[in-house]
Amino acid sequence: MIEVDRLGRTFKVRGTVTHAVQDLSFGIEAGEFVGCLGPNGAGKSTTIKMLTGILAPTSGRLRVAGLDPSRRRTALAREIGVVFGQRTTLWWDLPLKDSFELVRLLYKVDRGVFRRRLDELCALLDIGDFLTTPVRQLSLGQRMQGDITAALLHDPPILILDEPTIGLDVVSKAGVRDFLRRLNAENGTTILLTTHDLGDIERLCRRVMLIDHGRLAFDGTVAGLRAIVPGEDSIEEVVTHLYLSSRRSPRTPPPRPAQDPPSVTA
Amino acid sequence: MVRTYVLLVWTWTRAAAQYPLSFTLMTLGGMVLGGLDVAVIWVIFTNTTTLGGFGLSEVMFLYGAACLSFATADLLFGNVDRISQHIRAGTFDTMLIRPVSPFVQMATDRFVPYRAGRVVQGAVILAIALSHLDVPGDRVWMIPVMVLSGIVIFTAVWVLGSAVQFLLTDAPDLTNSLTSGGATLTQYPLSVYSADLVRGVTFVLPLAFVNWQPGLYVLGREDPSGLPYWLRFLSPAAAAAMALVAALAWRTGIRHYRSTGS
Amino acid sequence: MGRCSTFALYLRLVWYGFRKHAAYRAAAVAGAFTNTVFGVLRAYVLIALWTARPGLGGYDLTDAVTFSFLSQAYIGPMQVFGGGLDIPQRIRSGDIALDLVRPASLQLWNLSEDLGRAACLFLIRSVVPVVAGALLFGILLPDDVVTWAAFLTSFVLGVVVSFGWRYLVAVATCWVIDDRGLSVMSMILTTFFSGLMVPLVIFPGGLGTLARALPWAAMVQVPTDVYLGKTSLVDALAFQVSWAVVLLGAGAAVTAAARRKVVIQGG
Repeated sequence: MIEVDRLGRTFKVRGTVTHAVQDLSFGIEAGEFVGCLGPNGAGKSTTIKMLTGILAPTSGRLRVAGLDPSRRRTALAREIGVVFGQRTTLWWDLPLKDSFELVRLLYKVDRGVFRRRLDELCALLDIGDFLTTPVRQLSLGQRMQGDITAALLHDPPILILDEPTIGLDVVSKAGVRDFLRRLNAENGTTILLTTHDLGDIERLCRRVMLIDHGRLAFDGTVAGLRAIVPGEDSIEEVVTHLYLSSRRSPRTPPPRPAQDPPSVTA
Repeated sequence: MVRTYVLLVWTWTRAAAQYPLSFTLMTLGGMVLGGLDVAVIWVIFTNTTTLGGFGLSEVMFLYGAACLSFATADLLFGNVDRISQHIRAGTFDTMLIRPVSPFVQMATDRFVPYRAGRVVQGAVILAIALSHLDVPGDRVWMIPVMVLSGIVIFTAVWVLGSAVQFLLTDAPDLTNSLTSGGATLTQYPLSVYSADLVRGVTFVLPLAFVNWQPGLYVLGREDPSGLPYWLRFLSPAAAAAMALVAALAWRTGIRHYRSTGS
Repeated sequence: MGRCSTFALYLRLVWYGFRKHAAYRAAAVAGAFTNTVFGVLRAYVLIALWTARPGLGGYDLTDAVTFSFLSQAYIGPMQVFGGGLDIPQRIRSGDIALDLVRPASLQLWNLSEDLGRAACLFLIRSVVPVVAGALLFGILLPDDVVTWAAFLTSFVLGVVVSFGWRYLVAVATCWVIDDRGLSVMSMILTTFFSGLMVPLVIFPGGLGTLARALPWAAMVQVPTDVYLGKTSLVDALAFQVSWAVVLLGAGAAVTAAARRKVVIQGG
């Protein structure tokens, strides 16, 4: 579903070139549930933006649902659902259901299909009670449930979430996680999410990728990630260890030869 | 595209209608604000009978035409100049993940129908000015051509200025100097400006084709700057050229878009 | 010790206000460019008028052109279009309660920051249009130190009067449901009655007399008349000081009322 081959993105800021993402390669098969970790500024968001067509890569090859995202942005929009935890795509002053109706029209979803889909999502996410509430009056957790619903109304085979659990309380977080797990298991939706919450990774993801300095530092199972630091059982300690050791290494590492495997691959 | 535009306009209008008091006040405020320009022209004409060789009715005719074109362009597409706000806030990203042209989404973003007040105002002033002028029947056809070309030219100016914001995200005011500056420039007969400036807004940034050149035809006046007579029929061509340049600039801007921050 | 440290606090706030706006250099430079463009456009309209009516309002052609560029130079420092204070935003978010319980005057606090902002915008946004006007059209440049000193004083007083007015409008957000209508009204009054759009000297009859007596005249018209040497210095400064005292006094009263409303009644 997602093919990334030696992807790179550089930014030029006042003459200095920074490599936000470099030489990033991975593939995600249909039905996978992948979590993406990495310290702030590691290149996670840049990667997500390239996958969703918001940013064009400066090098490498990229296919999402068989499409080149930045060139086929509109076609891609129908194949993917995108949720940004930090910002909403809903209409602030209108009732939640009005935003959904608008999404239906923007994505040209057939009315019958839409109604069935909305009923399903309402039941799963438990949002029936606040469908008529203006978005500005929703709690952060309710708003996130609304945003996830909006991203799924056109039934995309791929769902990409950028920090979907940020700022949510324990109960809302559990609700979102439970929903995503069922969506992946029952609907077969391919899910890629970025997070700083290791609970998301442990409870949801069969596969975890760690991006650091714009490169893939780890790609494997959660158990594999734990095994990196022998004798350490807590995933939090393992990730802390990895982040700290990467902070001591140079900010822009020298390019590695292509055949060199990106650290531990499971 | 048009369907989506109407749909988004309707959605934003309903959102604005959630605040009826604000809505009314902004409509009134917008009209009074527009009225200020008329007040200034009135103050000027309490001191003189002609400005740049044109009388009050002629100046009001030119003002009304410019105001009608500008206000319509502002109402329909003026919100594109908020692009740098959206880029800085990261909300432009959310427009790029929808299967709808980001231009349509930007143009309708937070659409507020109160700007229609100024459209009405421009139309009323134009009508009053025409009732005081003696325009021969065979020249009236130019008036709709002039207003439509003006709308396209002002829209293109807006899009051009907004496209620049993809590069100069921190300086949205530059767009303002183009759009509001263009609106202010066209409020008066171009004969008040220097010959160089008039040539500039005729051949480089064709604001002279919003109301001045076609207006000279409607008013049956000589061009005080002595430019060729046939220029006054070129407004549609100038509008088409501007629209093309603006569309190219917008596309280039989107292609060079660099999403900021996290 | 008390007085000294209080003074140090406000001095520091002036400096912070300056630095806060220095961070938005690019926006300010763009603003300077816009002000210059408008200075040029207005200058041509006034030239056309003064060519038709030489000596109108006691100004000659050069005075009128000078007026166009000076009036644009005031826009940044005096925030002629309104705003410049974050009070309305803080009232809407409720953060104002934190400001009101501080052991410092909300009004003086904001005045200090606003003076810093004005100084910063003076450097970035005022110099460019005036220099451009001098180069493109030739404007009047006083050659004696006294006029410059008088103008600078009048300019600062203009900023204070402008602050006094904007502060009132900002704090009024406490009582109105929607402050946007209020800010539009304020903008209309200020742009028209300050002389920004056309000099008040050409306003006809009673309207002119009224406009020249209102506080907004202290922002654009009076400092420019001081610069052009068209007015008695004592009268001009007395006019500005009177309005500054009235507006700041009203501001203090309104602040007290706002404190009662927000702190005691809980918003």
